[in-house]
Amino acid sequence: MPSPASGALPAPEVKLVTTPGQVRCFVVSGAWNLRGLERRLAELGPRLAEYRTDKGAAWDLREIDVLDHAGAMVLWRAWGRRRTPNLLLKPEHEAVFKHLDIAAEPAQPAAGPDRLWIVVAIGRKILLVLDHLATMVSVLGQVVLDAAYLVRRPARIPWREISSNVYRTGTQALGITALVGFLVGVVLSYLSAQQLKIFGADAFIVNILGISVVRELGPVLAAILIAGRSGSSITAQLGVMRVTQELDAMEVMGIPQTLRLILPKMLALAISMPLIVLWTNSIALIGGMVSAQAELGIGYTYFLSSLPGAVPIANLWLGLGKGVVFGFLIALVACHFGLRIEPNTESLGIGTTNSVVTSITVVIIVDAVFAIMFKDIGIS
Amino acid sequence: MEDNIIEIKGLWTQFGTNVVHRDIDLNVRHGEIMSLVGGSGSGKTTMLRQMIGLEQPARGEVRVFGVSLQGRDAAGLRNMRHRWGMLFQEGALFSALTVFDNVALPMRELRVLDEELITDLVMMKLDMVGIEPRHATKMPAELSGGMVKRIALARALALEPELLFLDEPTAGLDPDRSESFVTLIKELHRELNLTVVMVTHDLDTLVALSDRVAVLCEQRLEVVGTLDEVVSNPHPFICNFFMGERGRRALEAVHAVKAIVSMT
Repeated sequence: MPSPASGALPAPEVKLVTTPGQVRCFVVSGAWNLRGLERRLAELGPRLAEYRTDKGAAWDLREIDVLDHAGAMVLWRAWGRRRTPNLLLKPEHEAVFKHLDIAAEPAQPAAGPDRLWIVVAIGRKILLVLDHLATMVSVLGQVVLDAAYLVRRPARIPWREISSNVYRTGTQALGITALVGFLVGVVLSYLSAQQLKIFGADAFIVNILGISVVRELGPVLAAILIAGRSGSSITAQLGVMRVTQELDAMEVMGIPQTLRLILPKMLALAISMPLIVLWTNSIALIGGMVSAQAELGIGYTYFLSSLPGAVPIANLWLGLGKGVVFGFLIALVACHFGLRIEPNTESLGIGTTNSVVTSITVVIIVDAVFAIMFKDIGIS
Repeated sequence: MEDNIIEIKGLWTQFGTNVVHRDIDLNVRHGEIMSLVGGSGSGKTTMLRQMIGLEQPARGEVRVFGVSLQGRDAAGLRNMRHRWGMLFQEGALFSALTVFDNVALPMRELRVLDEELITDLVMMKLDMVGIEPRHATKMPAELSGGMVKRIALARALALEPELLFLDEPTAGLDPDRSESFVTLIKELHRELNLTVVMVTHDLDTLVALSDRVAVLCEQRLEVVGTLDEVVSNPHPFICNFFMGERGRRALEAVHAVKAIVSMT
C-alpha cells in the first residue's frame, strides 16, 4: 500500500491474512522505521495492542522495506516482549532483534517510605545552614591569614586584581546606582512633600531626606544593587572556574585561591562600596532637591545650605561605614557560594541565585543590627 | 537512496583574513565511514560543524541528504535534523538531566511516541552502548568520561539516524575503552547501515574504522581515498602523520591482520 506521506518508501502497514490452510498470519510491510512510524503510530498502536491477544498467529515480516530499532521495538511489544514462535523475516533484519531482550525499566534506587521525613528534612536544613556557616568562617579565616601575610610582605599585595575589581564593581556600577538613586530621591521627596504641606512644615523636607538618604537608604540601596550586580557575577565567575577546572589548576600550581581570587574581591568591594554609597547619596539628594523645588518651591541654595545643619556629620560616617561592611559581606557571601558550586550547569544556576538572595538578606539583617547599635548616634 | 549523503562544493572558510579552507570539494557516500584528518588548526572540526549546520562557510555549498544547508527550506532542514546524530567531543550531555532523560529527550521532542515505548527504546539504546540499567537514574556528573561518551552516543542514536557525526570519538578514553568504543561503532555501523563522518587524531581509531580518509592540509583537501591510497601519497604531512613510529605500528597491525585473513 504505497502512501504519498512518507516519500519514496511505502508507509508501515500490518494486515491479517488467513491462508488456505486456516493459518492466521499477520503480514507486516512498508517502512518500519521511526520516520515512517512517526505519522502512523497513532493508528497502528491500538491495532497492534489488539493483535497482542492473538497468540497463535504467525508473523510475516518479509515484506518490510526498512526496519530499525524503533520499528522492531513496536513489533516486539505486540508479541508480548518475546520473540514470537512463528516468525518469518529477512536475514538482514535478524540483527535488529538482537538488542530487544533487555530490562524494561530503569533501576530505581530503593527508598522505603520514611515516617520521620519531617524531622529528617528539618535536620538536613539545619545541618546545611551550619555547614554554610562553618565554611564561610573558614573562608573568612583564610582571608584574615592572607591579609596578615600581606601585611608582612607588602610586595605580594595583588594590586592589579584589586584595581580591576574596583573598576568592575565600582566604576561600571555608577550608571545604574545613579539612575536608581535619583528616582528614589524624587519619589521620596514628592511623597514627603505631600504630607509636610498639610502641616505647613515644608522646611523639614531637608531633614527627612537628609537623614533617611544619608543614614539608611543610600547604603542599603547601593548594597542591594551591588549584591545583584557584582555578587552574582563573582559567584558565576568562580563557579565557571570550578566547572572548567581552573580552580583545580590554580591549586595544583600552588597559587593560593583566597589570596589571588577572594581577598582582592573583598578588598575591592570594601573600597568601592563606600564610594558608591557616597555617589548614590549625592544623586538621591539631587533628585530630592529637584522634586522639593518643584513641589514646595524650596530653592537649591536653601536646601544645600541647611543640609549640614539638619544632618549631623556622624550620619555620613555611619553610612560610609555601613558601605565598607556591606561590600565586605557581599564579596564574602558571593565567594563562598561560588566556591561551593559543583561542576554542572544546574548547580551554577542554584548557586548564583542563592548567593544573591543570601547577600541581600545579610545586608538587611546587618543594617538592622547597625540601626540598633548606633541608635544614639547622629540623631539629635 | 542518494548515492552521496553529503556533498560539499567549493567550500571556503575564513576567520577574518585567515583562510582555513580554500575551495574544497568532498562527497561522502552512503554507508561508508569517512574520516577527516589534518594537523591542529587545519579546520577539521570546523568542517564537521559546517556539515551539521552549526557554522556557515564563507562561500560554497554543503548539501546533506540532497538538502542545501545554506538554503531557506526550513521544513526540509528540520526534517533533516531528525536524520542525523552527533557525538560531541566532550559528550555534551545535559548536566541537569539524568542519563535516562538525556537519551529520552530527542524522542520526547517528536511528540508522537508514548512514554512506555520511549522507556523501552531508551533502555535498549543504553543496552546497545553497554550501559547497565542501574546507571540510568544517575546524573552525568556522577559518571566517568568513558560512560559519558557512550551515553552521548546512545543519545546521538536516539532518533535512529542514517548519518552519524563523531568528533574525536576516542579522545580521552584509555586504550582498552577506546578499543571497545571502536568495536561498538563498527557493530552499530554494520547493524544500522549508518553513514559515519568522523574527525579523529587517533591513528588506531582511524585505521580500525575508516573506509575512506580525507586529509586536510594547507587549506586544501590533499587527498581523499582509502587508507592505502592515502598512505602512498608523498605529501610531507601525510608522511609524518602515518609514517611516524606510531603510524607505522598501527598500519603494520592492519597489514598483519589482512595477511592472516588472506591466508585462511
